[in-house]
Order: sequence, then C-alpha cells, then structure tokens
Amino acid sequence: MKKQSKPRVAFFDFTDCEGCQLQFANMGQTFLELTNLVDIVSFREIMSEEGQDYDIAIVEGSITTDNDVTRIKKIREKAKVLVAFGSCATIAGVNGIKNRSSLELAKKRVYGDKAGTINSIKAMPLDAVVKVDYYILNCPPYIPEIIAVLKAILMGKPYPLPNYAVCVECKMNENVCRYEKDQECMGPVTRAGCNSWCINNGNRCYGCRGLVEKPASDAAKDILQKYGLKVEDILNSFTLYNDSMGEKYDQELK
Amino acid sequence: MTKSSSKIDPQNVKVDVHYLTRVEGHGNIVVDVKEGKLTKCEFQVIESPRFFESMLVGRSIWEAQHLTSRICGICACGHTLASIKAAEDALGVTPSDEVVMLRKLLLYTEMLDSHILHIYILVAPDLLGVKSVVPLIKTHRPVIDMALRMKRMSDYGGEVLAGRHIHPISYVIGGLTQLPSREGLEKLYSLMLESRKDGEETVKIIKTLKFPEFQRPTQYMSLTSDEEYAMYDGDLTVNGKKSKVSDYRKLFMESVVDYSRAKISRINGQSYAVGALSRFNNNFDQLNKKAKAVAKELGLKAPCHNPYLNTAAQLVEWVHCLEESITILEKILKDGLKEDKVVVASWPKRSEIGKIKYKPNTGKGCVEVPRGSLFHEYTIDDTAHITAANCVIPTNQNMGNLEDDMRKIVPELLGKKTQEEITLSLEMLARAYDPCISCATHLLDVKFV
Repeated sequence: MKKQSKPRVAFFDFTDCEGCQLQFANMGQTFLELTNLVDIVSFREIMSEEGQDYDIAIVEGSITTDNDVTRIKKIREKAKVLVAFGSCATIAGVNGIKNRSSLELAKKRVYGDKAGTINSIKAMPLDAVVKVDYYILNCPPYIPEIIAVLKAILMGKPYPLPNYAVCVECKMNENVCRYEKDQECMGPVTRAGCNSWCINNGNRCYGCRGLVEKPASDAAKDILQKYGLKVEDILNSFTLYNDSMGEKYDQELK
Repeated sequence: MTKSSSKIDPQNVKVDVHYLTRVEGHGNIVVDVKEGKLTKCEFQVIESPRFFESMLVGRSIWEAQHLTSRICGICACGHTLASIKAAEDALGVTPSDEVVMLRKLLLYTEMLDSHILHIYILVAPDLLGVKSVVPLIKTHRPVIDMALRMKRMSDYGGEVLAGRHIHPISYVIGGLTQLPSREGLEKLYSLMLESRKDGEETVKIIKTLKFPEFQRPTQYMSLTSDEEYAMYDGDLTVNGKKSKVSDYRKLFMESVVDYSRAKISRINGQSYAVGALSRFNNNFDQLNKKAKAVAKELGLKAPCHNPYLNTAAQLVEWVHCLEESITILEKILKDGLKEDKVVVASWPKRSEIGKIKYKPNTGKGCVEVPRGSLFHEYTIDDTAHITAANCVIPTNQNMGNLEDDMRKIVPELLGKKTQEEITLSLEMLARAYDPCISCATHLLDVKFV
C-alpha cells in the first residue's frame, strides 16, 4: 500500500446472515470517516458498483460449498490483506453446527429426495482454506474491536488477539458470575475481547469468539460436570459456535 | 454484472442480473423475451443453503432464539420475537403485559431501523440515478448525515432494549434478562423526539422522487388486530378473511421450483404479497394520525396496487412506529418497569436441567417484520429439545408475487424502453420488495416433489 493513494477495500460475503456488514452501517459517522481513509470499491449489500481491484478484502461468512472454496482462493490471490470478519468466517460460527450430524443426514433432513443435487461441504472458517491476515471475532462483530483491527491494518501492524478468557473482562465489569446464579456460561473458555457483552446484558456467554488458545476447556468441563449437567448439554454449549468436538460427537452417536 | 443494450427492441430482450445488489443475500433476475414472447421470467435465489432445520434439531428450546436470530442480521429482532413466541406457545409460557409492551417497542425500533436503511441506502440511489449511497456521501452529505442519524436512533433503541440490535441479547423466553436502563430509555426518548423533524424532512424528500407507474392488484396478507395496527400479534388476514396463526399451514401452500433455493407460496392457487404495503392496505384505518397524514401527503391510498410504492408505505410505517414508540416510552418513563414482571433467566437453572419433564408439544409464533409476516414453529420432546422446526420467511412469500409483477411489467415496457432501462425497472421492482435473500434460503423444510 503506497502512502499517497488510499487503500482499496472490498467486502465479500459467504454463508452467513450478513449482519457483519450491517455493523459497518451501524458505525454511523465512523463509517463516513472511514471513507476518508479508504476507497470502498465493492460492497454488494449497499453498492451496485463493483471494483475488480482491491488491496484489503474483508470477508464474512463460512465456506460451505465447493464454489466457495474456489471463490475465496481467487479473493486471496488478489488481496494484499485478507480479513476474516465475524464468527462464521473466523470459527465457522453457527454454521459449524451442521458438522455435528453427518452431511448426508443434514441434506436429507432439509432437502429430502433432492439431497443429491445440493452442493454442500463441511462448514469451515476461512483459514481452513486460505491464509488469513487479520481476525475480527464475535457474532455480531463488536464495533470497538472492528475499529481497533482496522487501525492496525491501516498502520500495517499486526493485531494480536487477547488470549485470556471472557471471565477476565466480566470480572472487571463487576458482573455476578453466572455459576453463582446457578446458570451455565461459556465465559471461562472463551477468548476475551468483547468486554463480556452478553453477560453485561444479563445473558450468559455462548462462546461466539471461539476458545482461548490453550483452552482451560477441560477445566471448564470439570466445573460443568461438577454442577451435574448432562454431557449432551455440555457438548451442545461447546458447539453452538465452535465445533471442534462436532465430528467426534457424531462418531460417538454412531 | 448486468448484460444489457441501450437499443429499443420490442421483439427481443434478455435480462440477466447476476447477483442483484443492494439487497440482503444473493439473487439473480433472469428474463428472456424472444420474438415478442416472454419465455423466461425468474427471480432466482442462489444463496448457499444453511440447513437451519437440521441445525435446530436436537438443540434445547432455550437456544432457539439465539440460533434463529442468526438466520438474518437485518431482522434479527423479528426472528427473535417469532422464535420466542413459538417457544412460549410450545412450553405454555405467558409473558407479562410489561414484557409484551417491551417486545412491541423492540419490534417498532427494528421497523424504524430496517425501513430507513431500505429507503435511504438501498432505494434512494435508484431514484437519484446513482449506483449507490457512496457517491451521495459527497453530493448529498446533509441527507446522508440525516439518514445515519435516523439509523443511529433506532439502532440505539436496540442497544438500550436488548443490548444490541443485531442478534439481540436480553430478549428471551418469558421476558428480558435485565431491565433496560432508565438513562438509556430517557436518551432513546429524546432521540425519538428529535427524529420527528428528520421524518418530516424525509417525507419532503420522498415526495419529490418519482416512483415508477405500475398497477397490479394482488392478494395482500398481514396480521390484523382489533386493538391496533398489528405487528406483534393478531390474526392472519387476506382478502378480508381472517385465520388463526396456528392454522397458517392451511392458509398458504408452498411449492418448490427448480431454479431457486426458495419456495414459492400461494393462497387459493395465486401469488400474494406481504410487507409494508400489505399491512398498509389491510390496516390503514388503525394507523395513527401522523402516519395517516404522511400517507395523504405522499398520495398513498389504501388499497394501493403499485408494488414500487412499498417504499412509500415503509415511510408511513416509519412515522407510525416512531409515534407508537414515543407513546410506549412515555408510559414506561412515567410508570417505571417492575423487575419481577420483566426479568427472567435466559436458561433453566443448572441444577434443574434434565430433571424437569416437559409436555411434548408444537408451538407456533408469528410477528410482522419489516418485510412481512414471519412464522416460526418448533416441536419439542419431554426434555424440551427440538425435534422438528419450520420457519416461513416473508421474502419467500413475496417471491411468486414479484415474478407475477415481472410477467406483467415486461410486456408493458417492451418497445417503450431499452433493455438497459427494462433491467433497471426490474431491479428496482425487486428492490422495492426489500428482499432479504439470506433469510429466504433458510427455509427449513424444503421438500422437492
């Protein structure tokens, strides 16, 4: 990226709800300020123009078809910087749930006799197929984090993700621990950075940011087991967003 | 990528809009006129399938709202409310009046949010002859600032009420996980009062824009209620005839077409419309005074048979929802909210999970979302886990109606307009429905015949 010319940004979406892109619209004036710093050349949800050249690709959604694989590889070839945007792109998001049952079963359940005509592969985050340079986590992305990552990109610096649990932020926000209230919560194993958004609003953590790198996941499972939850429910909690256990679970079911 | 020519040829027109822009999700418009005969007229939904039905099966009913709000980023609150209503119907839970009032308020703020996004960001560029809102940032900066201010107001509503507008946090089965803060509600109230003049300004702007002329009467379906302009609750009304929401499967028939991931819905064998224009046509009398005045100013009369004017109906609803929201907020700020009437946990207690036996049951819920009537239906077993799910999305219901509009309008434009102009007319028509294609493919029970 030359200093004189503004970097060109393109937005792309794969399998998802398009809420990530909407967070840009929800940034309001900040979004307008952003247009002073970069040229938005492609943003299908709000634009009819389509720029073919870009420096930064901001990509949301999971890879779920063969066509997606081809498309993301092409985007990777063109982009100098590739940003995985939101839970679906970074950890396969809720799409990962479909990996829990065999693909054949999922197709049959939804498309019946015509299951054979449906092209769908295992739901994957972008980095299962291409190299990703920056990650913006969360479902939906947390606006302060979007801005922080964009700043890092524009300054050409890396953006290291926090590697501690949501519990750390939650305690700073002085929330009463969900376990104290006889509820379950994914906070102990989920990567921080959202400022414990859901718990601040009286709900619990569902793990939309994925697990911390060296997960105390076993420890958290111990706690959950200590409080007498069914293994099935524990696995369900771990797989609403992060399906690392999905295939194993499916094997066990068989 | 639009292939088109700028010559007028009354005999041959080929429209192939690959990835319609400024809509939610991926759709194509394909029209083929050969030697004066319309041989192909399709709105193809090509979004990747997401298998929501399969995903819901086996999940706890308390996860349904969290999961199904992720069907769509733009009407996440609507999906949340339809999901909660279906879950409550299955579990036999009745929310308090305060909770219902707070739900209506959330639904209104989503209408405000989505309608303004559609009017300014998605439709206005067509009417102003530009490709997107981006050039308007330079040429129409005060208008864009105003649009963003209006958007920010409703978005803030979602934030105060539910923690955020996209995938709301605190609205769950039975109530809210915490009370919205008083300061937040006060700020929302003052933002809404300020928005009134932005609304008036918007009416002035929309009044000057010219919507394409086109007429095609169709069947208009929406919720209706004796009490109010129905959005959160009511009976389903079409052609003046009422049915219970629980009978929705008997009311319309869905069929699968091979070129699209979305099903086509029909009532009495004919296509029908849902959304702002349908609600306006069915429930005009119950609009509040200010909304009626705006309809008059815009020259919009019920029944209106021009689908392009769905955008104008959205503006009328924007004014209605703003005034209704202000009324609710005044009541809340005067009376306060009682924690014991509103606040519930998002999930059963850990110590009780697996110990309670539930009655296996099926629950159905319907709310009016910006694009029309949205249905969720879940069947649960005695552990309150979902065994079957179905969602019927407004955009799917509109798909057949849009194609019928296209079939009527293409011959009307032949010989008068260039292929390029016809393409734009069709794009604008599709956009007027405000299609939400990412929603539309999340059809949960597609069965091919």
